[in-house]
Parts: sequence; C-alpha cells; structure tokens
Amino acid sequence: MSVTTSRPLVSISALNKYFGDNHVLRDIDFAVDSGEVVCVIGPSGSGKSTLLRCVNLLERPQSGTVLVRGEDLTDPDCDIDAARRHIGMVFQQFNLFPHHSALDNCALALMTVLGKKRPDAEHIARANLERVGLADKVDAYPAKLSGGQQQRVAIARALSMDPALMLFDEPTSALDPELVGEVLAVMRRLADEGMTMIVVTHEIAFAREVADRVVFMDQGAIVEQDKPARLLSEPKEPRTRDFLKRVLKPTEAG
Amino acid sequence: MKRQQALSPRRRAQRWRVLQYAVLIVVLAGAAFVADWQTIGHTFFDPTLIWHTIVHGLWRALWNTLAYSAGGFVIGLTAGTLLALMRLSDIAPYRWLATIYIEFFRGLPALVVFMAFSLLPLAFPGLTMPWPPYGTVWAALGIVGSAYMAETIRAGVQAVPRGQVEAARSLGMTAGQAMRKIALPQAFRIMIPPLTNELIMLIKDSSLVFIVGLSAANFDLTKFGRAAANTNVNITPLVVAGLGYLVITLPLSILVRRMEASAARAR
Ligand SMILES: Nc1ncnc2c1ncn2[C@@H]1O[C@H](COP(=O)(O)OP(=O)(O)O)[C@@H](O)[C@H]1O
Ligand SMILES: [Mg+2]
Repeated sequence: MSVTTSRPLVSISALNKYFGDNHVLRDIDFAVDSGEVVCVIGPSGSGKSTLLRCVNLLERPQSGTVLVRGEDLTDPDCDIDAARRHIGMVFQQFNLFPHHSALDNCALALMTVLGKKRPDAEHIARANLERVGLADKVDAYPAKLSGGQQQRVAIARALSMDPALMLFDEPTSALDPELVGEVLAVMRRLADEGMTMIVVTHEIAFAREVADRVVFMDQGAIVEQDKPARLLSEPKEPRTRDFLKRVLKPTEAG
Repeated sequence: MKRQQALSPRRRAQRWRVLQYAVLIVVLAGAAFVADWQTIGHTFFDPTLIWHTIVHGLWRALWNTLAYSAGGFVIGLTAGTLLALMRLSDIAPYRWLATIYIEFFRGLPALVVFMAFSLLPLAFPGLTMPWPPYGTVWAALGIVGSAYMAETIRAGVQAVPRGQVEAARSLGMTAGQAMRKIALPQAFRIMIPPLTNELIMLIKDSSLVFIVGLSAANFDLTKFGRAAANTNVNITPLVVAGLGYLVITLPLSILVRRMEASAARAR
C-alpha cells in the first residue's frame, strides 16, 4: 500500500517539549513515510497527544525539528497556516463547529482558507460527507448527530482540505462502545485508500489489523516500535508488555 | 413543636405558600388603604392628559430614545469588541490600554461622561460631532456601553472551548479567521442575555441626554415627559413617558428570548 518516496513525509528529530518543569517529550526521533499508517499507543500522560500536536505545531516544542513534506514547521519564518492545510487533524472530542451544519463544517475552511466559491466548496464537502457515509446528514447540526456521526463529520471536515497526512488523537475514546465500529471502519477504509495516518489509539485490535507500524510511548519517550504482529504479540520491553497486559485484560490488572 | 415535625414536607410547603400569599395581600391592601386615590387619579393618570401626551409628541420622543440607545449600542458593541480583542491580545501595551479604559469608564457615572461630552466643544473649539445632537449622544452612550460590553465579550470569547479554535487553526485558518468565523459567533450566542441587559441599561442611560442640551424636537422620553409635566403641573405625562420605555424593552425581551431559543435549537 505504501508509496515509496526518497524521504519520509514526516520527520521529527531531537524533539523536546516542556510544560513548565514537566519534560513531556524527551529527545524524540520519529519518521513516517508516505502512505504509512502508524498507531501510537501508551499509558495516559505518556505524551502521545503532545507528540501528535507537535506534528501540526498546535504545540510548539522547545527544541528539535518537525519536517512535514520537507518543510521545517519549527522554523519561525515557516507559514504554519499554509502548512496545516496539508495536515488533517481529528480530535478526541470531535470539536465540530456547533453553529454550522455538517456541510458547512466541511465547507467553511475551503472558502475561508482556500478561497473557493461556495458551490465548489459545498460540492467537495458533500463528496467527503458521502465518503464517510453521511450523505443524508449534510444539513444536520452537530447537536443532532450521534457521537459516531459527529466524529465522521470531523473526519470528512479534515479530508475536505485534501490533506497529505491525517492525525487522529484517540478518535474513538469519547464514543459509546456501540459507535466505535463505524468510526474505525471509516479510518480503515482511509488506510486502504493509501492515506498517510498517525493514529493515537487504545484500540489494539485496530492497530493490529490496520497499522503498518505500532509505536509504544512511555514517559515522553518512544520505548519501542515495530510491525504490529511483532510488537503486540511479543513485545521486547517489559514496559510494553505490562501496558499491553493492562489494556488487553483490564480486569486482571494488579 | 412536635406537631410541626409531624407535618409532611408537602404540608409544610403548602403552609409556607399560604403564608407568602397572605403577606402579599396584606401589603397590597395596606398600600391601597393608605393611598389617596383621588389625587392619584388626577395627578398621575389624568385621562385627558394621557391622550394629550400620546398625540402630542410621545411617538417622537419614543423614536428619539430608540435612536439614541440603538446608535449608542452599535458604537458600544463595536468598540467593546475591539477592547475585548485588545484585552486578549498578545501585545502587552494593548492589554494595558484596554484595561485602563475599561476600569476608568466603568467606574465613572454615565452622568459625568455626558457632562464631559457637553463640555468638549469648550475644550476643543474646532471639534464638532456629526449629526447634532446624535453624534454627541451616540459617542457618550457608546463610551459608557463599550466599557461594560468589553468585559462581557471577553468573558464570552473565553467561554468558547479551546478545541474550537484549535480545530479551526488545524484546518489552516489564521488566528484572525478562527476568531471571526469560529470564536466570536459562538461567543455572541453565549452573550445574548448579558448583552441584552447592557442594551436595557443603555436605554435607561439615554435619559441623561438632556445634559448635552436639546431642542424640543430632539427630546427623549424622560425629558419630554418632564417638560410636559412642568407645563401641565401634573405628573401624568411623566407616567406616560415612563410607560414608553416598556414599549421598547418588553418587545426586546420577547425578541431576545426567541433568539435564545433558536440558538439553543441550533446547538
Ligand atoms: N496544555 C498543557 N499544559 C500543561 N501540561 C500539559 C498540557 N498538555 C499536556 N500536559 C501534560 O503533558 C503530559 C503528557 O500529556 P499528553 O500528551 O496529553 O499525554 P497522553 O496523550 O499520552 O495521555 C501530561 O503529564 C500532561 O499533564
Ligand atoms: Mg491524549
């Protein structure tokens, strides 16, 4: 599935992020190739969200470089707004715009950011809502949609910008269990279509089936990373093993 | 004591309600008994004067009050938004300037602001406000209103969840676009009730326009009522003018309640 390119789509090196005295990311080196699907797992507070948010510079690291499509986003002269057009992001809490319909949630940035005319923007928005199976919900406001539908609108909103890369921060963690499947199905299809994806998730089954690579993070560092079959079945590091045991058999924790 | 403890909560609530009604009735009856109904009739509610007031200038005065407060509100809202954005700015001097302005004009009685504005031509002989007397009134009411509205708007913007702006920025919107398209529209929805309060306060503060000096055609409700009360040596015109404020504020309350309901539906 992966497209071979001379250099990775995302390339992070020597990344350090502090919140006050809290050293949240410690010298992270991390790269993602075009077309690759990388799942990031790890305990709560290990820095997964922060790492993801450094990829589109929602968090500014204190040191290190973040190259996306060959452009250094940490360069003070980088046009970060232009760079973010190519990086879609999906949040745990959806963050849909409550005062806009599903269609306008998807069309808004096409008009304000890309300067498209409303009919063109709506055409693209409609196509992307169809892509996530919500053709019949274009006029609905977020409050009228289930959590699963809201998250699919959020995915369609990000896809409408035609990004080169999609970031997912625990996209199913805020959902009722019976709604998780529909969102994962959309993400799986996206992966099959060749989208480059970085997915922070606790859905180990999804990671096992869909990811090209799984990254295990703990205490602000990448502990190990490998193909899902290897990392999830026979983890090398004790910390990885402990974490997987707790996630896969939560009732036996102790 | 024993008997009261034996009462069920429902019975106790019932007694409490009966007591409340009893107090109300006693107060109303007392007031009715003490009042001099005849004097009230002919100095507060003289029927011929009511009619006379309504046909001779009430509508004009009502319109003026409306025009003064609406203009003041628009200027106050615009300046208030600007001040709120300054208070939220990354640039410290902007924050300081806005804070000083807000604290200064919030603390000052509206009366003093009006007096300062009526003296402005003395201090700056060349200075004339456009569309007299509207320019002066709008500016004075706008300044008074903006100081209050700035704090309301700032609080409204800060009440919009951070994820909203993050979502907008992650789509490539600039900070300004995210503010205009995402944060402010939601902030204004949150602010409908407090902004209504400020509009109603402005409508009432517009009764201070007499300070800038008005010709009869530009009288607002209060000034008009007072003038007519003086000429007729009777309070009735002032009562009618007072009720004129309700003609403005009651439909406003209904309209705003509708807006709130439809905003709630869209959420
Ligand atoms: N905005 C913030 N301000 C201060 N501390 C933060 C902030 N965001 C995250 N942190 C801290 O950074 C650490 C990593 O958080 P996060 O990246 O959210 O972890 P994860 O997503 O793996 O649960 C935690 O200790 C968290 O408390
Ligand atoms: Mg997280």
